[in-house]
Amino acid sequence: MGKLDAKIPAGPLAQKWTNYKATTKLVNPANKKKLEIIVIGTGLSGAGASSALGELGYSVKTFCYQDSPRRAHSVAAQGGINAAKNYQSDNDSVYRLFYDMIKGGDFRAREANVYRAAEVSNQVIDHYTALGVPFARDYGGTLNTRSFGGVQVSRTFYSSGQTGQQCLLGTYSSLNRQIKSGNVKMFPRREMLDLVLIEGKARGIITRNLVSGEIERHSAHAVVLATGGYGTIYFLSTLAVNSNASAAWKAHKKGAFFANPSFVQIHPTSIPQLNEFQSKLTLMSESLRNDGRIWVPKTKGDKRHANDIPEEERDYYLERRYPTFGNLVPRDVASRAAKERCDAGYGIGETGLAVNLDFRDAIKKQGKKAIENKYGNLFEMYRNITGIDSYVEPMRIYPAGHYTMGGLWVDYELMTTIPGLYSIGESNFSDHGANRLGASSLMQASGDGYFILPNTINNYLSGEISVPKISTDRLEFAEAEKASIERLNKLISIKGKKNAGSFHKRLGKIMWDHCGMSRNEAGLKEALKLINELKEEFWKELNVTGSLNEVNPELEKAGRVADYFELAELLVTDALNRKESCGAHFREEYQTPDGEAMRNDEEFTYVAAWEYAGEGKPPVLHKEELKFEEVEMKVRSYK
Amino acid sequence: MKLTLKIWRQKNASAKGNFETYQMDNVSPEMAFLEMLDSLNKRLVEEDKDPVAFDHDCREGICGSCGMYINGHPHGPVPAITTCHLSMRFFKDGETVWIEPWRAKPFPVIKDLIVDRTAFDKIQIACGFISVNTGSAPEANNILIPKKISDEAFNSAICIGCGACVAACKNASAMLFVSAKISQYALLPQGRVEAKERVRAMVDKMDEVGFGSCSNTGACEAECPKQIKITNIARMNREFFKAF
Repeated sequence: MGKLDAKIPAGPLAQKWTNYKATTKLVNPANKKKLEIIVIGTGLSGAGASSALGELGYSVKTFCYQDSPRRAHSVAAQGGINAAKNYQSDNDSVYRLFYDMIKGGDFRAREANVYRAAEVSNQVIDHYTALGVPFARDYGGTLNTRSFGGVQVSRTFYSSGQTGQQCLLGTYSSLNRQIKSGNVKMFPRREMLDLVLIEGKARGIITRNLVSGEIERHSAHAVVLATGGYGTIYFLSTLAVNSNASAAWKAHKKGAFFANPSFVQIHPTSIPQLNEFQSKLTLMSESLRNDGRIWVPKTKGDKRHANDIPEEERDYYLERRYPTFGNLVPRDVASRAAKERCDAGYGIGETGLAVNLDFRDAIKKQGKKAIENKYGNLFEMYRNITGIDSYVEPMRIYPAGHYTMGGLWVDYELMTTIPGLYSIGESNFSDHGANRLGASSLMQASGDGYFILPNTINNYLSGEISVPKISTDRLEFAEAEKASIERLNKLISIKGKKNAGSFHKRLGKIMWDHCGMSRNEAGLKEALKLINELKEEFWKELNVTGSLNEVNPELEKAGRVADYFELAELLVTDALNRKESCGAHFREEYQTPDGEAMRNDEEFTYVAAWEYAGEGKPPVLHKEELKFEEVEMKVRSYK
Repeated sequence: MKLTLKIWRQKNASAKGNFETYQMDNVSPEMAFLEMLDSLNKRLVEEDKDPVAFDHDCREGICGSCGMYINGHPHGPVPAITTCHLSMRFFKDGETVWIEPWRAKPFPVIKDLIVDRTAFDKIQIACGFISVNTGSAPEANNILIPKKISDEAFNSAICIGCGACVAACKNASAMLFVSAKISQYALLPQGRVEAKERVRAMVDKMDEVGFGSCSNTGACEAECPKQIKITNIARMNREFFKAF
């Protein structure tokens, strides 16, 4: 089987998870208390896993960099969470949800994992409802749903435009219950600096207390990374500005393979960049495309006010190009179509890097009140930022870096290539292939955390029951701690002139220009050169003020940017290696005459899992061949 | 535009703080308030001076990390938004802007504008939850909830836990924060089961960690970036009286 064994259970697709659960090894309740598990991150996957593992009786230690677990970036997800409930009786099923995800991911995800994600989706909705998450309801008191991009059913559960917040606060509440019971010990304002391996197994972490600056050692029988994605590698993205890849990257350098790093979702509907000082881009939920119509003027450089452009002079380009799915095409398709129009000179606004998202017709048909009920907070957010009232004129939107389908390689049990190290939620690569469909990230993160990991980690821990509490006095901890401190001191001692943020911004621009919505070989090679030059400049010109032993956001930022330089190289290397277009990865050399992505199934039906080979050495590629037993690989068409 | 900033600087929890003055010459009205502080910090680092520390994360008004007094108002002079959503177009050329951390005993200053809000977490840990184990939930549509009730619960549930209500209150009361959570669960049938234990435990904890009493001034509601209503406080009081 080589180095990459995905450990997919035998049997028919629909039976795999049931069979797995029925036959996997278990840990006796009395032994669970003696086993310690570290969880990094408190989004839906991390806090969900901490809760469920605590309920099972494990001793859990949970870490986050924020001041409270309630602030993890799952909180910002807007539109909704998918489940195969088929409440609308519109032909939905677990199979259809699975199929939509496989197709939406352009046949670059693992069948068995995706099927399981769809399978547990219904339990997720039940659980959140029981936790008091106020999902939208119909007048009869039942749960309501709406449609999202890339599908033709209505399966997205939502709480206005702040579904992520409501799910996260529900998860935070279940985490709090476990903290109260003593099963989970919470460590906020901690940043993971390194992973500690003992005899090849993940046995602990080194953290920095972000208040005292103290470097701490924490040991456990297993470590779970629930650390989210790396979308902020583009600097401007829809992510929280402190989101970072450092924990995953440290794990990668200790032996965890990194899979499909170049699969990055550029979300089609973000508020465009307004000025050069901007620190982030704000997303406008995809759910808006249910009622909003996307268009640009038919005439190049038409500078008239949107409301003054008559119907026949508007180009509803998504409806024109994709009559079947219209405005609800998947995100990668919608983003590329917007870029195509803007590059061709039809973009609107001063920069020409924007398109209209227009609610005129929906308001005319359904009334302002109905639209306000569905999207009130989004319209309000849009007005706060831009000063524009979208009830009377269209929103202006443009694509922005959003979600990373790539991440740490995991097997069916969500274990990385390091024994005892797991990766869940956005931080792993497994369920979304080359493109994620809307409202499936909350679904996957919650499923991983609450329902999957707690059922797979026992298999590993059953072999650890005789291992006593691991001492942090061991040499491995001392060495990892020393290396972490040395690195921080190195950053502080450069004493240049520029702050870490300015490097981050420049790195982001390189990535956006050369490895964003569309990529080509020359551009990617140029990017590698530019990243390297900037990295050298960083290590010469950086200034980190203050010291190690105090609150020091500049030091935190510097460490994260330093890791991003290394990940950026891997991301570009992966994009160079994948000589095909699939999902969000669009290589200009590989497209159909009408500009659609052209896959190369013959050569690239695999997960590219990269092994770290050491400082300055090229990473080693391992391929996990993807076998499609259930679905037939087709050209992904939304026309 | 040009601005004079008066920013509270405090090295750590035990140090004595003071206001420092900073001149900003190139503030664009298109900047967000935190981006204005970013640009100040960039300059300070270039001058090898200690940048101003403040909590922030999502920068889209939902995580609740950011929060500071700006000209005497939590989250600044514009109602119903968080600090990260505050645009510089609301300030005038030549204006002096006073920036301070939350001032409340249960929220001690950690550094500059960063305060410790773990007191909020402690209240939630006390009983801010519904006791249901993973896997034991009933089918979601077996719990029917009138839309009106569900919407009302949602309106309470949108609290972001930023602490502006406490900062705005002359008594540093956390009643708006606590009552929003109490209300969400009190309204929903799932939450009724433990309603009595919950309100007692959360109110007890609120008092224990040092938040003051409510005197119905309404400053919390006026300053809340999410416009949580003080009717939640009335509901919490009713729930509390019913709990004995």
